[in-house]
Amino acid sequence: MKYDIILAGVGGQGILTIAYMLDNAALARGYRIRQAEVHGMAQRGGAVYSHLRFSDREIVSDLIPRGQADMILSVEPLEVQRYLPLLHRDGVVVSSVHPFKNIPDYPDEKAILDALLELPRALLVDAKAIATANKMPRAENMAMLGAALPFLPFELADFDPFIKAQFERKGEHAVLANQAVLAQGFRMGMAVKERLDAGMPADAAYRETHTSL
Amino acid sequence: MKKQELLLGDEAVALAALHAGISGAYSYPGTPATEILEYVQSRAKEFNVTASWSANEKVAYEGAIGMSYCGKRALTSMKHVGLNVAADPFVNSGITGVDGGLVLCVADDPGMHSSQNEQDSRYLARFALIPCLEPLNQQEAYDMTREAFDLSERFKTPVMVRIVTRLAHSRAGVVTMEGRAQNALRITEDAAGYILLPSNARIQYDKLAAKQSALEEYAAKSPHNRICLDGDRKLGILCNAMAFNYVREAFPAGIPHPYVKVGCYPTPMGMIRKLVETVDEIVVVEEGYPFLEELLRGVVGVAGKAVHGKLDGRLPRTGELTPAIAARAFGIAMESAFAPTLEKLPGRPPALCPGCPHADSYRALKLAAGDFPKVPIFSDIGCYTLSFYPPYNAVDSCVDMGASIAMAIGAAHAGIHPVMCSIGDSTFGHSGMTGLLTAAYEKLPMTVFILDNGTVAMTGKQDTLLTGDALVNAVIGLGVEPEHVRVLSPLPKNLEENARIIREELAYKGLSVIIPKRDCVQAKR
Repeated sequence: MKYDIILAGVGGQGILTIAYMLDNAALARGYRIRQAEVHGMAQRGGAVYSHLRFSDREIVSDLIPRGQADMILSVEPLEVQRYLPLLHRDGVVVSSVHPFKNIPDYPDEKAILDALLELPRALLVDAKAIATANKMPRAENMAMLGAALPFLPFELADFDPFIKAQFERKGEHAVLANQAVLAQGFRMGMAVKERLDAGMPADAAYRETHTSL
Repeated sequence: MKKQELLLGDEAVALAALHAGISGAYSYPGTPATEILEYVQSRAKEFNVTASWSANEKVAYEGAIGMSYCGKRALTSMKHVGLNVAADPFVNSGITGVDGGLVLCVADDPGMHSSQNEQDSRYLARFALIPCLEPLNQQEAYDMTREAFDLSERFKTPVMVRIVTRLAHSRAGVVTMEGRAQNALRITEDAAGYILLPSNARIQYDKLAAKQSALEEYAAKSPHNRICLDGDRKLGILCNAMAFNYVREAFPAGIPHPYVKVGCYPTPMGMIRKLVETVDEIVVVEEGYPFLEELLRGVVGVAGKAVHGKLDGRLPRTGELTPAIAARAFGIAMESAFAPTLEKLPGRPPALCPGCPHADSYRALKLAAGDFPKVPIFSDIGCYTLSFYPPYNAVDSCVDMGASIAMAIGAAHAGIHPVMCSIGDSTFGHSGMTGLLTAAYEKLPMTVFILDNGTVAMTGKQDTLLTGDALVNAVIGLGVEPEHVRVLSPLPKNLEENARIIREELAYKGLSVIIPKRDCVQAKR
């Protein structure tokens, strides 16, 4: 059993924190892992991605081969587009709908969402709304990690020690708030996934699940 | 299962060096090598080692030679272009030989993720006649770095560990070994070996040449060089470390042809010869330059056998390898199931952070320069290079560390006025001071901007060695007249005042240094 995941977003959105959480959770469950990430220039607001692979067998390359990613997990809707050639035909896209606009030629938001809805399996959530509802507006990354969990072999509690390690220097409050964002992201991911699995179109599944936010 | 540590390739190198009993680590920040020294620093107390940033890679390398001279083990690490800066001590350390184990980890950047070229350091190892180990994963990065220290002491030679971005910045679980104690302090008994007067250097060079056959024998027996002659002999595959991973991805059921994988240099010629004798044609796949391919082709090629690789276009000459590119070299298409579904996909290049002091510095500079004929602004390597992009469009050159000031010297000689250049505080400490010394000695009419943000920002906020008052004093000490050393506060509210001061100095027909000083916004976080 193997999981090949592309993590995507913009420098500063905490993509590498998602990677840190998943790496450690996978290692704790006895998987082998490889996780290639981007350091340096791109972290200054550029496109940031990570190839994250975990498996119960040997992993040969740090890069996910083209057409073999099981998931694109993106904190930003436009960024999904860059990595679609890596996605497996049965792969799933889990993306936030909330744009990060730091370029002058950022496309029309509706066109971006329409482009995502053309994909056979797209799970859309509003990570910004989930993070803000928990008074942690910058924790979009944790909301997205939560939304992806229905597809992954982990439980919420798996992340407790790593959330603690990552945020405890900011106080107990930060630990609890990040756990809450993760949990709400997870519930949202489950709710959307159930609708998708029942055959509901991705935009309807998104609308029906986000009314309370 | 044995206990594993989750480590970046960089961190695996660093931990191996600590476990190998180094007493010191030396480096200058540079992607993708930065995290090596950062990791050593994070555990320096626990292991009782010294680990601080040097002013540049040359100083770092020389520090490592000095520690080796005293019998202790030392690690020096740098990015590939950093080794150009350290090339002088590097090549000469092959001639002197070493006492305590001396290992250089150099991180190449195929694809230029964060660099100005993608040069392949294997050529430099061969140039210096020293061994090179090339890991293909994080476990090998650890194991080979441990081995490199023993190899260094056994053959009294520096040893290069060559990694690339994808390994440096990729994590995996690594099984570690028991640590080894540090060496005792023992000053070299062969001081003459370190005195490279021609009369001594000739003796040392003979010794280095004489070591080569033993090093070749070591490489020929190394488990890091692997030959397999099974499979369909119509084709043979020759590859280096990281390329081997991608070749394996191309053949998930196992490589169906004979192959040689190289991970330890000097190049195992015998193995390659055997492969060539066995097969009808050869495909060479390398992460980096066509190093093995050039050796294999030589001047006259391989009689009667086609060789394919980067030199005949079977693989792209430039850029980073991927599994799909390696597969294509064997006629295997790794198909995409999806293309981007958005019609136009804009790029998202890195940019100066909101509130960055550099932005205010360049706004003032451009405002002031607007009063003068359009002239180039020679610039340098750091975050401020991003001011090349709109809306700033500010800088006109970025060649190598410290080049800004020295290129401005050439432009002043050519007759341009005003001559402007900009450089960051850390880059100035790295390689800018010698340029400024030259300009001051010649009393050249130039305006030098030293952007002082108090940190090495681009690589992740490492310590800068020359900032604040110390920077001002250094500039004056190099011979710049104190009344033409102007310190500004680059804030939006000071734009007009800053532009006025810059205008004054641009009009001045002598050497002036303007220091916009404000802390990096990232450093405050």
